[in-house]
Amino acid sequence: MNLGVQIYNTDILIIGAGAAGCYSALTLHEKSDCKVILVDKANIRRSGCLAGGINALNGYINKGDTPDSYVDYVKKDSQGIVREDLLITMAEKIEEVTRKIESMGLPILKDENGNYIPRGRRGIRINGENIKPILARSVRRAENVIVMNKVNMIDYIIRDGRVIGAYGFMVNLRVFVVIYAKAVICATGGAAGLYLPKHWSFSRHKIWYCPFNTGAGYAMGIRAGAEMTTFEMRFIALRCKDTISPTGTIAGGLNVRQVNKTGEEYAEKYKSSTPGRLFATIQENLKGKGPCYLETKGISEDQEQDLFKAYFNMSIAQPVKWLENDTGPAKENVEIEGTEPYIVGGHAASGYWVDTGRGTTLKGLYAAGDVVGGSPKKYVPGCFAEGLIASVSALEYIKSVPDPEPDMDEIIKTKEGLERYFDNPETDLTIEDLELMMQDVMDKKAGGISENYIIYQNKLLEAEKEIVRLSELVETLKASTMHDLLFIHEVKDRLLVCRALIAHILARKESRWYCYLNNADYPNQDDQNWLKYVNSVYKDGKFNIIYRELVGRDEIYEHKDITG
Amino acid sequence: MSIKILQDKCIGCGKCVDICPGNLLELGVNGKVEMMYPKDCWGCAACLKECTQEALLYYIGEDMGGKGGYLVAKDKVDTIDFIYVRGEKKVKFTVNRKTASQY
Ligand SMILES: Cc1cc2nc3c(=O)[nH]c(=O)nc-3n(C[C@H](O)[C@H](O)[C@H](O)COP(=O)(O)OP(=O)(O)OC[C@H]3O[C@@H](n4cnc5c(N)ncnc54)[C@H](O)[C@@H]3O)c2cc1C
Repeated sequence: MNLGVQIYNTDILIIGAGAAGCYSALTLHEKSDCKVILVDKANIRRSGCLAGGINALNGYINKGDTPDSYVDYVKKDSQGIVREDLLITMAEKIEEVTRKIESMGLPILKDENGNYIPRGRRGIRINGENIKPILARSVRRAENVIVMNKVNMIDYIIRDGRVIGAYGFMVNLRVFVVIYAKAVICATGGAAGLYLPKHWSFSRHKIWYCPFNTGAGYAMGIRAGAEMTTFEMRFIALRCKDTISPTGTIAGGLNVRQVNKTGEEYAEKYKSSTPGRLFATIQENLKGKGPCYLETKGISEDQEQDLFKAYFNMSIAQPVKWLENDTGPAKENVEIEGTEPYIVGGHAASGYWVDTGRGTTLKGLYAAGDVVGGSPKKYVPGCFAEGLIASVSALEYIKSVPDPEPDMDEIIKTKEGLERYFDNPETDLTIEDLELMMQDVMDKKAGGISENYIIYQNKLLEAEKEIVRLSELVETLKASTMHDLLFIHEVKDRLLVCRALIAHILARKESRWYCYLNNADYPNQDDQNWLKYVNSVYKDGKFNIIYRELVGRDEIYEHKDITG
Repeated sequence: MSIKILQDKCIGCGKCVDICPGNLLELGVNGKVEMMYPKDCWGCAACLKECTQEALLYYIGEDMGGKGGYLVAKDKVDTIDFIYVRGEKKVKFTVNRKTASQY
């Protein structure tokens, strides 16, 4: 099988056109006339987490709060392991990016004085159904930005220690794509599909995080030797049962109670934080007091109609499930449950280790959004803010770097590396089975749903071995179509993210963040020894662990002692 | 959940193929769209809103409580009509894109 080759040259390449990538492109348009290529594996009008629409702008700083108080909140909720420099620089930009998305056409609810109406303490009420088409429309108007849809990127191009572009392939055409750039911004989002979801058969993709965000950006960085942080902090969402629809729509909109099966409001008994509320629910189940519910029974007909419509706007499975069962939230309480774990730097703190300007430890590579570690609770506004910050840094960097020259030998070698999957002999092992095997290992041996998220060191060591073995098997998979090639790369990247996750958990010998890191062998939180970051650099097939001291709010963090 | 394509209604315009965030739909040799990977659908409904022919049906799998009903969408720019059908039961919801949600 021969793939065609297309080679492009640009000033700045942005990989991933989601919340962070689109905002990066818009910033580069506003602040410069440099050439930009924005590439996405899907169509930017509906790609990534925002595809189906969203509920609210979370992480907004309402009246009475300040960027500093937001950082205080995130630090407390994440039990200390955050990068305050990243959080404060993000928080200071929230107002600016929110005004901008509103000016682009996002409806935001306001009072008679024109002030945004809060949704809970740290959110505002919007109509989020259309947020992705709105962003894409603005990007389309930016004449210095070329959008390339349906190109899946697989690895960075590195020369003399600098990232000078990336390789990829077209998802529906037999074409290998090479993009050279003076700087690259990675904005590929987090990683879903690592753990077995509750519904693992037909509805296996009815999961919370976007199943098409497969950790490609993490994996590309890991392979290239970028330093990564806090992969031991998994994120697990608490959502409506089966449909994985947001609970905040009900809890925030109607102010109903969260109760166990006896009608007791249980969450109050536990410390109230995002991971705490999930933990509380799991504990009630373990004590036989589950399932747990949002107590919606008895709400008015109007309220029920409003809820149907609110969900139709961003999480269609929920109203369809009610309709299928001739019921609704006024008739029945809404059951809630935990999802399988994800790696996602927009909610937890796992991702690239960056400097305050969002530069990674690889020169020429910047990162923004869910792919960046150290700054949890970014949500959409925070991802915009990081896109802005990363773009400004990249613009500064490209002032002093020359245009990269193509290296034909390397191009041909990389292309042949892809063609090899088509030439592999037929095997009984399908890509699908391999992925299921990975998810099963992670579920049973690395603290998935079936383990109530509890991690046992002996099982984790077994998981490590099995994930390495599965990673080797990936190389034997056969591709017949470009889709197969895509699926092979998705599972390959997921496996590498699983390995990073395991290496990080083995390195943090304590428990923290409730279910996110519940280490049976080290059941207590140990602030004396573990108020520090667990970082890693992958080299020669191994994750080397680096421990780093916490970075404070007033620091400008720069990479000084890069190992690799 | 996933998507079914009504072959007699599909005009093969390819809009849904283009929009799917998972690249799961393809134009078949007969010029009609096919769902290639039904189990890989996220249920985001991007394709549903894109279809001008009401040729796409959204349904939820039996494993998560589906009972054989389906949903179609009519995108009217400022509003979207969602129509749910199961046997005799037919319910329409109109959602407005221009007004922010109270929830
Ligand atoms: C279901 C859901 C609901 C949410 N609701 C809210 C909400 O109500 N309010 C809120 O503030 N936040 C919400 N969030 C969080 C928010 O959506 C994310 O934090 C944010 O979208 C992350 O931005 P991102 O740019 O990092 O990732 P994304 O927006 O997901 O963008 C990543 C992009 O990278 C592309 N990509 C991935 N891999 C590759 C590759 N190899 N090559 C090329 N392209 C690639 C993807 O196709 C995608 O377009 C929600 C998240 C989810 C999953």
